[in-house]
Amino acid sequence: MTDLGDLFLRSVFIENLALSFFLGMCTFLAVSKRVETAFGVGLAMIAVQTVTVPVNHLIYTYVLAPGALAWAGLDDVDLSFLSLIAFIGVIAAMVQVLEMTVEFHVPKLHRALGIFLPLITVNCAILGATLFMVERSYTFTQSVVYGLGTGVGWALAIVMLAAIRERLRYSDVPDGLKGLGVTFIVVGVMSLAFMGFSGIG
Amino acid sequence: MTAKLWQTVKVPWIDDNPITLQILGICSALAVTTSLDTALVMTAAVTCVLAISGASVSLIRNFLPRSIRIIVQITIIASLVIVVDQVLKAYAFEISKRLSVFVGLIVTNCLVLGRAEGFAMRNGVLASTLDGIGNGIGYGLILILVGVVREFFGKGSLLGKQILITTSQGGAFEPLHLMLLPPSAFFIIGVIIWVIRTKKPKQVEQPEFQVRSEGMQQ
Repeated sequence: MTDLGDLFLRSVFIENLALSFFLGMCTFLAVSKRVETAFGVGLAMIAVQTVTVPVNHLIYTYVLAPGALAWAGLDDVDLSFLSLIAFIGVIAAMVQVLEMTVEFHVPKLHRALGIFLPLITVNCAILGATLFMVERSYTFTQSVVYGLGTGVGWALAIVMLAAIRERLRYSDVPDGLKGLGVTFIVVGVMSLAFMGFSGIG
Repeated sequence: MTAKLWQTVKVPWIDDNPITLQILGICSALAVTTSLDTALVMTAAVTCVLAISGASVSLIRNFLPRSIRIIVQITIIASLVIVVDQVLKAYAFEISKRLSVFVGLIVTNCLVLGRAEGFAMRNGVLASTLDGIGNGIGYGLILILVGVVREFFGKGSLLGKQILITTSQGGAFEPLHLMLLPPSAFFIIGVIIWVIRTKKPKQVEQPEFQVRSEGMQQ
């Protein structure tokens, strides 16, 4: 049990996908202008991560991994080269299902998220978490915890960045740095701060 | 006509750079630049995928129903990335290990999908291929610049060749370990953007709304 707790904290803080692996940067920089939208995207991200990482884990273990098709009598079939297409398909499908569910049950949130919900499909943090899960060969329970943890960590980071950027409007930034430039530097400082967590492990 | 095509190749280098202006493909630009050789390999991989995906999407653009275009584009890109990944594993295994998941992540590199959706869906095959190559070069320029700075100051070497002798080897150069850590990439790209936008003030972003001044004066 403590192992899973460790893994959760590790994926939220020490190995934060946004701030130490630079994953999901495009959405991270583009959608962090306001706290409300950032919060919405963060929530969507947690939902998608918690579902897709375990589902991809099942698909990889029972269909794609070398020798995984043994249950069907095909011992020496290795489909792992197909994993990218399979994973991205699962992610696209999940995002589509999530979008329809949100639209049906919480239309207000759906309007607030707008275009950003479908854009999550090409958010590299999701595919990245799946690929890391395969590379580190997590078990099924671990993959659930890892999915949840990485989602929470990413959401935390984007809400923090949005809060800082809202304040940043009142400061006097040199012309060339305005907008994207200063955001990069702020994210750099945040990432430096998050590195402090690496001592915890 | 040729001048116009040349323009398509050249504009993304600085004027419309994918990283510093279009905010596309940033994730990989930051992660693979700890040394110059990974930056070069990544540039080559992304440029190949960009050029071929641009050409293929542009080729089928008139037969593609709007509702399923994203899925088709992603499938084309994913197939190309699988090929690149397998080639790298076969001929440059050591580097492909160091690039870790980032070769696979070219699939979700918004640069590739962004150009497929934004340019190749509306232009001819030749123009789309050239646009892919141009954007690949623009992306590569930033990657190589960041890679050079990080490897040179972080390890005192370039392309794995020692140039400055570090203190641990009896020389006088103390490597800056910060350069090898993630935050340095953000600072370097931030400064690059600053330099470009000081040279080209047209790229400076206008604030979405003006902060009212009466509240600030007392």
